Amino acid sequence: MPDATGLELTAQELQEAIPSSILGTEFHRGRTALVAEPGKVHDVLERLRAKGYSFLASLHGVDYYPDEPRLGVLYELLDFKSVDRISVKARVSTDDPKIASVVDIWAGANFPEREVYDMFGVVFEGHPDLRRILMPEDYEGFPQRRDFPVGGEPVLFTFNEENSYGKWQ
Amino acid sequence: MAVSDGTTTHRERSEYRKREESVTLSSEPVGVEETHELMTLNIGPHHPATHGVLRLLATLEGEVVRDVQPIIGYVHTGIEKTAEDKAYWKVIPVVERMDYLSYYFNAMAFCGAVETLLGLDVPLRAQYLRVIHLELNRISSHLFWLATSAVDLGAVSVFWYALREREKILDLFEMSSGQRMHTRYIQVGGVMEDIPRGFAPKLREFLKIMPPRADQYADLLEKNQILLERLRGTGVVDQETLLELGVTGPLLRAAGNPWDLRKAAPYSSYDQFEFKIPVGTVGDNYDRFRVRMAEIYESVKILDQALEGLPEGPFITPDRKVALPPRHELATSMEALIHHFKLVTEGFRVPPGEAYYPIEGPRGELGCFVRSDGSAKPARVHMRDSSFSNLQAFAPMVTGGYIADLIATVAMLDPILGGVDR
Repeated sequence: MPDATGLELTAQELQEAIPSSILGTEFHRGRTALVAEPGKVHDVLERLRAKGYSFLASLHGVDYYPDEPRLGVLYELLDFKSVDRISVKARVSTDDPKIASVVDIWAGANFPEREVYDMFGVVFEGHPDLRRILMPEDYEGFPQRRDFPVGGEPVLFTFNEENSYGKWQ
Repeated sequence: MAVSDGTTTHRERSEYRKREESVTLSSEPVGVEETHELMTLNIGPHHPATHGVLRLLATLEGEVVRDVQPIIGYVHTGIEKTAEDKAYWKVIPVVERMDYLSYYFNAMAFCGAVETLLGLDVPLRAQYLRVIHLELNRISSHLFWLATSAVDLGAVSVFWYALREREKILDLFEMSSGQRMHTRYIQVGGVMEDIPRGFAPKLREFLKIMPPRADQYADLLEKNQILLERLRGTGVVDQETLLELGVTGPLLRAAGNPWDLRKAAPYSSYDQFEFKIPVGTVGDNYDRFRVRMAEIYESVKILDQALEGLPEGPFITPDRKVALPPRHELATSMEALIHHFKLVTEGFRVPPGEAYYPIEGPRGELGCFVRSDGSAKPARVHMRDSSFSNLQAFAPMVTGGYIADLIATVAMLDPILGGVDR
């Protein structure tokens, strides 16, 4: 992990290279996070990759309900040489949840981006195959959002398939 | 069922196809002549060779695989959503059921993330006890992989031998926690209980027996010409491609990259043990097989050192705000009773923040992301499950090979669908 100073330096460097790309930094319990402007997160990640953070370890979606903008997409990057991790966070609103896909930088972002789309409804622009991955194709709603109720999900059998999957109400 | 009238095909009209819109049957054109006819073959989701509920849509040209699409989600149970509705310590049994062969690792990743958020130090004895159970779990997971993979490759007897050893490990788990699987042994701040009397001798006995047994399995399999020919030179992917696709663990090490979080970023006192990281050279199925076999021996080495160097001390943090007080205190101490009551009813609160805690699971980097909003329930739990990422490398591994090698590659990929779908 870079320390707090290293994080600020990285943020400054990125800010200079890509104007108004970094909205802030977070340093908490050794975790370093850059909050990036969602429209420029693709360029930020490309630059971080060139800087040595060559491995996209994980990509998660988070719902910050009730804070706005609600949805967050987090990229956990890893530098193999210095064993350094940094995370990049981009927040988008539920009204227009769009963010550029990073499949062109890391081919391995394919499944995780599909999962975030499936669970939170974030649309990754430029993704080659943005479909639901874990939920059924005709599922309605985005189940990992905080305002999605936890409740009984009818099991799909042949006898009840007509009124299943969100159509049961 | 409609009959094709020339404009719409039988397939387009089928109700079943309509429900399955996500499944595209498109594939790369491979030729123009009549001999280059493509056939789509559906394998799974219920097929013994797919190691779980994995569905593979393979496009074949004769016996050669031209394209393959893994279709997942059949065992998606919403564990991450369930976790948001439970107090932190009640999340542990739920996340354990994700990757159902490496339950200790799931619990460790989650507890590690929560401990990071709490800023909690884990006592040394607890760290050693965690290492003992994690490495036993790694061996049992590799043994199960060996058993099922050997069946796929036609060696049925190895299945029984490997499961015999796995039973011994499950017996040890039962001794220390009362459960054979999904033990809930690792807790936030330490482990549930100290190892009981009789555990150490039994573990020593197991450690003595395991390396020769692993030798026997290697002899059974590696002197088998059929097996060697099925593994050698099949499913080759170089490490650059693997890293692009987010692959870690034995698959990456088989391609020659010695990346292991136990060495690179030690957690839970892994820096105090001496062990080697087995790596392969070519990155074919045989290397994957050899790397996992060699990891069994290295885990035995770690276990030896952890058992002999097991330090004295508490097995869980003395912080009463996080860990339950010992039972006997409840009868005499009002404070202990209050702590017990608070922990059991509400659970402990975690200061707001986010943490990502990666560990080296049997299948690669297993990371747990936890976001806390300050309440007693996590606001988001997400597992970066290694099987999920590794599955993306499946298509590059099998494309251009034979369908029989596809089966061998699934076996050597070792996906656990409970972890893929969560």
